[in-house]
Amino acid sequence: MLESSPPVQLADLAPGASATIASLSADPGLRQRLEALGFRPGQRVQLLRRAWWAGPLHVRVGMTELMLRRRDAALVALAA
Amino acid sequence: MSTIAVVGMPNTGKSTLFNQLTGSHAHIGNWPGLTVELMQAELVLEGQPVQLVDLPGIYDLRGHSEDEAVVRRFLESTPVELVVVVANASQIDRQLRLALQVRQLGLPALLLLNMADEARRFGVAINTERLAADLGLPVILLSAKYRRGLAEARQVMAEALTGEPHQQAPVRALDSRLAQGDAALDGAMAQLVQAAVSLPPQWRDRLTRRLDAWLLHPLLGLPLFFLAMALMFQAIYAIGVPVQEGLATLLDQFGQGVIKPLLLPLPPFLQGFLLEGLYQGIGTVTAFLPVIFLFFLAMGVVEDSGYLSRAAYLMDAFMERLGLDGRSFVLSLMGFGCNVPAILGTRVMRDPGLRLLSMLVIPFSLCSARLNVFLFMAAAFFTPRQGGLVIFGLYVMSFVAALITALLFKGRFGSNEPLLLELPPYRFPTLPQMLSRAWAEVRHFWFWARRFIIIGVVAVWLLNNLPLGVVPASAESLSGRLGTLMEPLLAPIGINPKLTVALVFGFIAKEIVLGGLAVIYGQADPAALSRAIALDVSWPQAVSFMLFTLLYTPCLSTVAVIRSESKRLGFTVFSVLWSLLLAWLVSFVFFQGVSLLQRLGALG
Ligand SMILES: Nc1nc2c(ncn2[C@@H]2O[C@H](COP(=O)(O)OP(=O)(O)O)[C@@H](O)[C@H]2O)c(=O)[nH]1
Repeated sequence: MLESSPPVQLADLAPGASATIASLSADPGLRQRLEALGFRPGQRVQLLRRAWWAGPLHVRVGMTELMLRRRDAALVALAA
Repeated sequence: MSTIAVVGMPNTGKSTLFNQLTGSHAHIGNWPGLTVELMQAELVLEGQPVQLVDLPGIYDLRGHSEDEAVVRRFLESTPVELVVVVANASQIDRQLRLALQVRQLGLPALLLLNMADEARRFGVAINTERLAADLGLPVILLSAKYRRGLAEARQVMAEALTGEPHQQAPVRALDSRLAQGDAALDGAMAQLVQAAVSLPPQWRDRLTRRLDAWLLHPLLGLPLFFLAMALMFQAIYAIGVPVQEGLATLLDQFGQGVIKPLLLPLPPFLQGFLLEGLYQGIGTVTAFLPVIFLFFLAMGVVEDSGYLSRAAYLMDAFMERLGLDGRSFVLSLMGFGCNVPAILGTRVMRDPGLRLLSMLVIPFSLCSARLNVFLFMAAAFFTPRQGGLVIFGLYVMSFVAALITALLFKGRFGSNEPLLLELPPYRFPTLPQMLSRAWAEVRHFWFWARRFIIIGVVAVWLLNNLPLGVVPASAESLSGRLGTLMEPLLAPIGINPKLTVALVFGFIAKEIVLGGLAVIYGQADPAALSRAIALDVSWPQAVSFMLFTLLYTPCLSTVAVIRSESKRLGFTVFSVLWSLLLAWLVSFVFFQGVSLLQRLGALG
């Protein structure tokens, strides 16, 4: 059962796996920053790795690689 | 004169381009209506002098950050003839936003796609003619770092200036003009990319992939980072310290052999002042310049290679628990060079709590001016082996002080600012760029050091020799009285009246401390000075002095920049008092602890 349920959180993707962004639920300031860095609905995003001690995520969107905290990543909803 | 504004997202190579175009003639200018300083330089384009202004890196003209507000205010208050938009060509899939916004404002503009080398390497192909036609702006591919395409860029800038009638008025109704185009922005960007760009089907940077697998490894990443830092410091000392010693000897010989005979006709007190005070004070700091140069060179390489942003990634989890974030760590690391630019760097933070807490922590970074004092004292009191351990211990103390401070005060300066940081591909720094940067830093350091040393040495000398007719530096002199006055406070931490005077002047700048000691002890030659100090104070006193020097206020410039950046007098006073208190407590515990152990016979 668990295996077939699609991941909804960026932080839950297996390192190396990709998903499509469904929507952004961040406040306007953060949303603008996310968009400027390439997070847009429909865009593919790949999780490269997670840092130790519940640290930030290393992700790739388009041609850009960046780090973001899991708390902030939770505001990026992924399409099933 | 025409004004050309340079805008672009952060890390697109804007500063590199600005430096390549203008050489080293840039200066910092104040603009009416803006509270921040901007880099500007004069540039001659086809015989026409123009003024190039480097605006802060921003993501979005409609953004909410301080930098974004600065750019908007600049465009609203200054007539600009041309806007040069700099973008990273390899990230063109998201970087056209600013170019479109500038076009929306109706400003004459051109688009420079920088980092063409990386775009090619990563398989991003851009049809610049098509892009230029669709955008309606000139588009040039270039590589600022490798000086490719600069001539063409200059030419197109010149043409843009001569072509159309110039817009002389600043932008009006900026917000509403931007708002109009906002909805269509994403669509327009996608269309442009679709038409003019071919993106690689998959990521091509194998080098970055492989390096990151190790350097960002969940378990190995941090140990590797600290290992790299330790090696870096080792290398700096291994090369720098012998050079420093050689240079010190040379300068001393020059002083004794050339300057001393020249000064002979002068009265003895003036002779002493010029040689033992001024020359010696400046000499000690000059001898230290090679270490500073190497330090900034190494930090420059680490930063330019892209490893420094990785450090933010590696340390963020830890820093988050201290109420800080990965950027605070990187800034503290830069603070090891000089605290002032590190504190200025907190501008990237939006949350006031986070910014203040970072500003509270950064001054504990053991900056190069303090290192100068420590290297000298360590050599005077310890064998090279022990001295190395003492210096290492001081670095550890510097981290611990920052950590304690953050833990104690994170409740008062809480924040949950989101953290989004780009991790650029690994890059090979170029030698000329690194050298010229390190050189600029050293020049800057020297400029400050020289000023402070001269003022400081004169002041210390006066304190020692006033009121008229006293025995220099005796208990009756001003400095003696100052020392006696502070005695009840400083005796418990092992600081004697002479060291007190040095500490009082160290408040202005740590560069003064050594020159001040030379004047106080009346010793010209560094070897003689260290012998004189070693005779006067014990090693626990010396270490206590170093601990105090490490922890109390780094210098007046740091206090001034904390004041101007925090815009709060109360916070500034608090930061100074806290560092004094912590310095006193740590020195007290150390000095009394060692004294106790010595009395018990457990320590030599
Ligand atoms: N590969 C490559 N790197 C560049 C180029 N121009 C700048 N860089 C590097 O990009 C990084 C950011 O440059 P910088 O000028 O500090 O960017 P700014 O933040 O926009 O001012 C530095 O490591 C530069 O060495 C270029 O044309 N090619």
